[in-house]
Amino acid sequence: MSETELSRPISRREWLLSDAPQSRRQAQLGALYQGWLTFRANKLAMFGLIILILLFGMAIFAPWLAPQSPFSQNLADRLQPPSAAHWLGTDSFGRDILSRLIHGSRITLFIVGTVALIAPVVGLLIGTIAGFAGGWVDQLLMRITDIFLAFPKLILALAFVAALGPSIGNAVLALALTAWPPYARLARAETLTIRNADYIAAARLQGAGPMRLLIRHIWPLCVSSLIVRVALDMAGIILSAAGLGFLGLGAQPPMPEWGAMISDGRIYILDYWWVAAMPGLAIFIVSLAFNLLGDGLRDVLDPKGAKE
Amino acid sequence: MLNVSDLDVWFGDPPDRVDAVRDAAFSVSKGESFGLVGESGSGKSTILRAIAGLIDSWSGQIEVDGTRIEGARRDRAFYKTVQMVFQDPYASLHPRHSVDAVLSEALRLQGMGDIDRRITRLLEDVGLGKGFRFRYPHQLSGGQRQRVAIARALAAEPRLLLLDEPTSALDVSVQAEILNLLKELREEHGLTYVMVSHDLAVVGHICDRLAVMQQGQIVEIMSVDALRRGAGEQDYTRHLIAASQ
Amino acid sequence: MSTPLLSVKNLCVTFASRRGDFQAVRGVSFELGRERLGVVGESGSGKSMTGRAILGLVRPPGRVTADRMELEGQSILNLPERRMRKLRGSRISMVMQDPKFSLNPVMTVGDQIMESYRLHAGGGRAAARQKALEMLNAVRIRDPERVMDTYPHEVSGGMGQRIMIAMMLAPDPQILIADEPTSALDVSVRGEVLNIMDGLVRDRGMGLIFISHDLNLVAKFCDRVLIMYAGRVVESLPARDLHNARHPYTQGLLRSLPRLDTPVERLPVLQREESWRSGELDPSPET
Repeated sequence: MSETELSRPISRREWLLSDAPQSRRQAQLGALYQGWLTFRANKLAMFGLIILILLFGMAIFAPWLAPQSPFSQNLADRLQPPSAAHWLGTDSFGRDILSRLIHGSRITLFIVGTVALIAPVVGLLIGTIAGFAGGWVDQLLMRITDIFLAFPKLILALAFVAALGPSIGNAVLALALTAWPPYARLARAETLTIRNADYIAAARLQGAGPMRLLIRHIWPLCVSSLIVRVALDMAGIILSAAGLGFLGLGAQPPMPEWGAMISDGRIYILDYWWVAAMPGLAIFIVSLAFNLLGDGLRDVLDPKGAKE
Repeated sequence: MLNVSDLDVWFGDPPDRVDAVRDAAFSVSKGESFGLVGESGSGKSTILRAIAGLIDSWSGQIEVDGTRIEGARRDRAFYKTVQMVFQDPYASLHPRHSVDAVLSEALRLQGMGDIDRRITRLLEDVGLGKGFRFRYPHQLSGGQRQRVAIARALAAEPRLLLLDEPTSALDVSVQAEILNLLKELREEHGLTYVMVSHDLAVVGHICDRLAVMQQGQIVEIMSVDALRRGAGEQDYTRHLIAASQ
Repeated sequence: MSTPLLSVKNLCVTFASRRGDFQAVRGVSFELGRERLGVVGESGSGKSMTGRAILGLVRPPGRVTADRMELEGQSILNLPERRMRKLRGSRISMVMQDPKFSLNPVMTVGDQIMESYRLHAGGGRAAARQKALEMLNAVRIRDPERVMDTYPHEVSGGMGQRIMIAMMLAPDPQILIADEPTSALDVSVRGEVLNIMDGLVRDRGMGLIFISHDLNLVAKFCDRVLIMYAGRVVESLPARDLHNARHPYTQGLLRSLPRLDTPVERLPVLQREESWRSGELDPSPET
């Protein structure tokens, strides 16, 4: 069968969708392509992905995209409504809100990106070790997780920042430290179901040690659901970061962090609505985009939700 | 090859302790094929898992190739001697590992070199062509998956193969193919089999002798010839034979 | 038999997928009277999908089409879900493979039987309880009063399947579709469950569609057998003639079974032929 398939030229799509891949690379690319097709079928998820790509572009090219410097003050132009000169208006120091939003996307992406790197990894480590080892290790790790879970997230983050001093780095650290427990729980639950699977028993019989089982067999199965969860949690992380900024415990002025910008606009909210509304809208759009993306990723990655 | 005596296996601690196997004893000589037969809950699979080291709560003596085994710890030599094929090929292959990944991992863990050539050999041995090497489990049928699982077990070049209902999840026509394959492999590689099954006809086809189990105990050990004649000494055996005719 | 209980003509179940349409069932036709009809085939032959299509249980993206699908002359093809739900249970019931998955784990057995009865037949609790006890008696459960108050996890597999049968037969349906009702059971229990089902179906003059992969079981237990391959019926014959089957697929299936009484060195392996997928079925008297 494979010979006949090789003898005639096949399209790239056929090559990718082949049920009988001829090489490791073809198999991996094929699996990726399958996932992409599933993802692409979800229109809303594609919409979310496009928004996020635009956001990335905005962050990378911020200095070229922004019409003005985010810091240049012009008190004569303060609190101007949206107009041709200032598309989204100006704030109380006469700074161009659009420019600040564009530059602020860098900060938002930095916070979200770092938290999204730290929290799930910590959660994955703790959760899988707890689930796999069982016994007192499990008890210990899960009780620690419970302690973290028992505090409201933002309050705990506040406490951390208050102790470490307000700065954007500490805000990220605080958010990451408060965000990992749900991932640990999720990873542990997944590990418990995987741990007794026959393929784990089979790997044991090959002589695979606990480290190998954990890294090669259990992690790959936990990671996909964690990724989905992270994408869905992104909105919450952005909001928490904005919350810290709003309370003055995250990015410090004059940095154009979106939450801090809302906070600045708070006192003018009735007369000069755009000062607070524009960054609010930005947060809303990006959060929504992450949620949509997460939904699409679930279709692709979550074996339980997947069809066929 | 395999000597089991006074084997007790239990799950849980008192007062919830459940005795899954009580006082089991049998021995399998080199090159023999031995069947463990019984209904669900009779403890037949539990015995296999205790031998393989997948259960640690057991007592008694298990001797593989002259070596006593303790607890659930097994050394490398054990894994080179004993391998297992599981019941459900849909559950015994890692969903994210390709055939290539499964086999090369097994070979590497056994410290084998020349992996490319060996994978090709293994796939040929179990009747799968090279074309299957890079497929993922979801691209395989049930019978093909079970062939991959058998190839994985053969990677270590074991001498004793534990077969846990290897065909009960398969269609009858596929079952015939797998049973034929198991027979061929045994002749080619001089393997010893211990096969668990609820299907007397399957055991009759593959095995030389068998033990009939009921509620955790071996009630009778008999030859397949006796099984074919329906000559069970115990009522339970005769009842089983009658029910599966 | 004037009008058959169930008449199906050219039934197709199609699933749209990325790689084009996949037909799980391709033009199945049969009629069911007050008899026991076996549907045999391997996994993927479309036998279960046929049963689901009759019950209206094919979910999108699956599509069901047929020239005719009638229950006592009344069309039941693609009925709206609300009307189908009325039909299911009261006129057509289904027993699934594993009672563990088809019984509600947080309801007592008695409550479940009573609920399924009252849903279709109405009536008060007392009447339903009476009926439930009667049904448990009918499936030969000793001490039904006690079993009524147990939860599904407290009963064995064979008992669970008998309870399922009791539940499904409580509203007195005309047709019972049993999808591998005994594959999850041990051989010694299997016979008993089958006998109970057989007795009930016969006493009530019901039609039974018995879906199974086990040729010998079907041969023993049914009046007539349809053999399915790749979504089509390749052969239809009286169960007692199964061992004289003419279609090479059926013959191959029968031969590939190991037998205790006739040991062979190698089991004959089924060589599948492309023509089985498309070849016309020789017209049999029933269809």
